Amino acid sequence: MTKLKGLKCRECGRRYPSSPVHICEFCFGPVEVDYDYEALKGTITRQSIAAGPPSIWRYRELLPIEGDVAVGHHVGFTPLIRSQNLAEELGVRELWIKNDSVCHPTWSFKDRVVAVAVTRAKEFGFDTVACASTGNLANSVAAHAAEARLKSYIFIPADLEQGKIVATLVYQPTLVAVEGTYDEVNRLCSEVSDKYRWAFVNINIRPYYSEGSKTYGYEILEQLGWRAPGHIVVPCAGGSLITKIWKAIREFASLGLIERPATKMYAAQAAGCGPIVTMVKNDTDVLTPVRPNTIAKSLAIGNPADGYYAYRVVKDSGGYGEHATDEEIVEGMLLLARTEGIFTETAGGVTVAVTKKLIETGVIPRDESIVICITGNGLKTPDVLYERLETHVTIRPLLSAFDRALAELKSQARS
Amino acid sequence: MPVLVRIPTPLRAVTKGAGEVQAKGDSVADLIEDLERQYPGLRERLVEEGGEVRRFINIYVNEEDIRFLQGKKTSLKEGDQVSIVPAIAGG
Repeated sequence: MTKLKGLKCRECGRRYPSSPVHICEFCFGPVEVDYDYEALKGTITRQSIAAGPPSIWRYRELLPIEGDVAVGHHVGFTPLIRSQNLAEELGVRELWIKNDSVCHPTWSFKDRVVAVAVTRAKEFGFDTVACASTGNLANSVAAHAAEARLKSYIFIPADLEQGKIVATLVYQPTLVAVEGTYDEVNRLCSEVSDKYRWAFVNINIRPYYSEGSKTYGYEILEQLGWRAPGHIVVPCAGGSLITKIWKAIREFASLGLIERPATKMYAAQAAGCGPIVTMVKNDTDVLTPVRPNTIAKSLAIGNPADGYYAYRVVKDSGGYGEHATDEEIVEGMLLLARTEGIFTETAGGVTVAVTKKLIETGVIPRDESIVICITGNGLKTPDVLYERLETHVTIRPLLSAFDRALAELKSQARS
Repeated sequence: MPVLVRIPTPLRAVTKGAGEVQAKGDSVADLIEDLERQYPGLRERLVEEGGEVRRFINIYVNEEDIRFLQGKKTSLKEGDQVSIVPAIAGG
């Protein structure tokens, strides 16, 4: 079945054949995969999806690949957790955590987009994949390229967290550390991609790559029992994930898989890099780029390509956005760990902190269903916690030493 | 004063395939006019009818996004390099 009709410009509607292009050559708008939804109607059912594998590939009819799945067979279908403790702490009735900090194989939602992108890159016949990354994408592209036996070139800002560098290098890609911000890395990669015939997953493969993010949304809907929640809080960097979760909701609704949704979408960003939330707060569709200065490096994109669309999703859905300071981000990480036993990276700290603010200020009502998006793993960014956490006691291996230490700890706790 | 302008792939149909071209102008706005004289049709690819740079295009003078400088009024001097770069997804 040919479900793909080709590519279509989101801005001016010009059509292009399926190929590795990402922007409209007339208006520079992003091009998107165009599906034959009429043909898909009726063939995709709740039963057909539920009969699929426990991975993103249960939704493959809504993903832009044509042949067999090449890599990442076990990506996705991560837990959607009904929160008790955090819900109680925040004073809300129904709170769910979509936990991609345990996404296979590289512990972030980026595995979803990369599994699709690398499969598509192989279909196009590329022998080399590449990306510009703030870290999570680097890990995932390097891992999937290894699985696919493709060469890979990974471009990152030189000041990235050590954990993310090691978790990229282990797969033996060619890692290029660029002295500059992510936005500068991106700009360099745009020029590199014009010169070398590589599959840059977030440049020339972007229309296919970005569709992988829809699976994060599909899973929320399916795991909630084929319904859309009232509110979804999404961390924003380039702004793509929030637009693709929104697209997932609309696709499921138009295919008759869920009832008419009334979900409000909320953008979560760091105060030190929050141009999308600033658009929302100032109610303007013109993005003003910023120079990032935040510990949430995976969200440190000062010139987000999908910023305009992320803003539109927030506005069209009736949602809002909020910034989190570095201190609030760390508090958010600790809060999620303390209440739910989930260790997320700084981006997750942003999401938790922003959710807390939106609830406390009454923007998100306490008696409706809320989903928060946890998209990455805390073991990749432990650096920000070193100063906040310490070993409670260090003792010699003697019971008497432990007794003394315990008495000391209890007296400290009382004082 | 000639400056080097890097042309991204989607615009090379207008520049007869050239990835780098020379153009003149005291400011980015002037430069765009000179590019239009040399390569008719290029202007409307870069700016909207109201004159604003299109939403999905970034223009850099040397290493700096002109939105951090003076926008289209950003001045140019001999030897500057101007890059026209489409917006790119996050990572």
